[in-house]
Amino acid sequence: MRRRNRFSIEPKYILIFFVVLCSILLVASFKYKEKFSPVRAVVGDIITPMQKGINSVGAFFTVKTDIFISKQELMKQNKELQSQLDNISYENRILQQEKYELSELRKLYELDEKYASYPKVAARVIDKDPGNWFNVFKIDKGSDDGLEVDMNVLAGDGTGGGLVGIITEVGHNWARVRAIVDDNSNVGAMILKTNENCIVNGNLKLEDEGLLEFSGLEKSDSKVATGNEVVTSYLSDKYHEGILIGYIKEVKTDSTYSTRYGYITPAVNFDQIETVLVITELKEELDPKPVD
Amino acid sequence: MKRFFITAGIVLLCFLMQTTVFQNIAFAGMVPNLILIVVVAYGYMRGKLEGMYVGFVSGLLVDLLYSDLIGMNAILYVLIGYAAGICNEIYYRDEISVPIIFIAISDFVFNFGYYVFQFLLRGRLDILYYVWRTILPEMVYTVLIAVFLYQLLHAVNFYLEQQEDKEEG
Repeated sequence: MRRRNRFSIEPKYILIFFVVLCSILLVASFKYKEKFSPVRAVVGDIITPMQKGINSVGAFFTVKTDIFISKQELMKQNKELQSQLDNISYENRILQQEKYELSELRKLYELDEKYASYPKVAARVIDKDPGNWFNVFKIDKGSDDGLEVDMNVLAGDGTGGGLVGIITEVGHNWARVRAIVDDNSNVGAMILKTNENCIVNGNLKLEDEGLLEFSGLEKSDSKVATGNEVVTSYLSDKYHEGILIGYIKEVKTDSTYSTRYGYITPAVNFDQIETVLVITELKEELDPKPVD
Repeated sequence: MKRFFITAGIVLLCFLMQTTVFQNIAFAGMVPNLILIVVVAYGYMRGKLEGMYVGFVSGLLVDLLYSDLIGMNAILYVLIGYAAGICNEIYYRDEISVPIIFIAISDFVFNFGYYVFQFLLRGRLDILYYVWRTILPEMVYTVLIAVFLYQLLHAVNFYLEQQEDKEEG
């Protein structure tokens, strides 16, 4: 350096030399790109291993800083994920609810198909007393939706579904339904297999067993046996004809030997009614008869 | 001779650091321009000639490895080395603010030049965006690193000068 200074070439000439050199290089590399690639490759081959080496030395520090940075990031991420998880589990709950609702509605749909000839309105049970049987319950549709007293209420539960009860009271957006298992309820019914009529009653004593009572079945030779379907009778003045009530469980002859009575397993599981279908057509319209 | 190897070593080391380690610890995606610090420091401490040599070598290194056009970085670093060399006339050993300020200015000029060649000529006219997005953050980060790196380079230079003085007796 000092020696060079003694020759004392003016630095500005060297500057000019470098600028010219660089300009030539610029133009040359612009024009003959390919010619330079071996040079680049050689330099790259020399430098790259060094960079790798430095990287592994630097990795130590990098890891340190990375840990610091990533710790903060992870905490932030954790927070975000936590809130995401909250959201998702909330959504999941909603979805599960909806899934449950879907299956309920599917059952209703099946029921609707089954009794396709009647116009129907779907409703939700809103007054619910879990653990006890419904005797009387409330649904969320009323006169606004065309509901009237004495309309029939159906419910489905996968296997088929059938008669639930009858509307006894209507508000403008609610209605009270008396279930057929209610002690006050009696339904004119018919054994489908033999076409014999009987009356189906609710009976408080049978509630715990989940059964209905039937009576007034004429004593005859006909074989009414366990498993026979019981449907509403055309003789009934309030219930539409042919709606499934349940299946005979047991038949007995009463003490006078004139009629038979017995028990029916209802087609609807009264423990789990959540959605129902209301037939928005009164029996009278179909089959006019004096109301008693 | 000793000075030559040490200087070459420093240039190489800074180049390697800038392309590897500092890429990993970049703040806000910005990498400090270590090479520029070295070029300015040598120009300021040792004069125009050494500034230009260091600038040319490191610029060429960057060009060969990372640039499409060879000479782009070299020409900018040579000019910066020369300009820093002008300040060698006011070189004072314990002064640190002058080189730091000069590093800041050079970094700005360098990146501005880079912008003009690489972006403006391609029709990227939004100068303020590039200044705000790239040039200023890099300048700040480079200055922060320069505060330490310059003192290190200065110490090395001081040690070498003492050695040389001894040899000459």
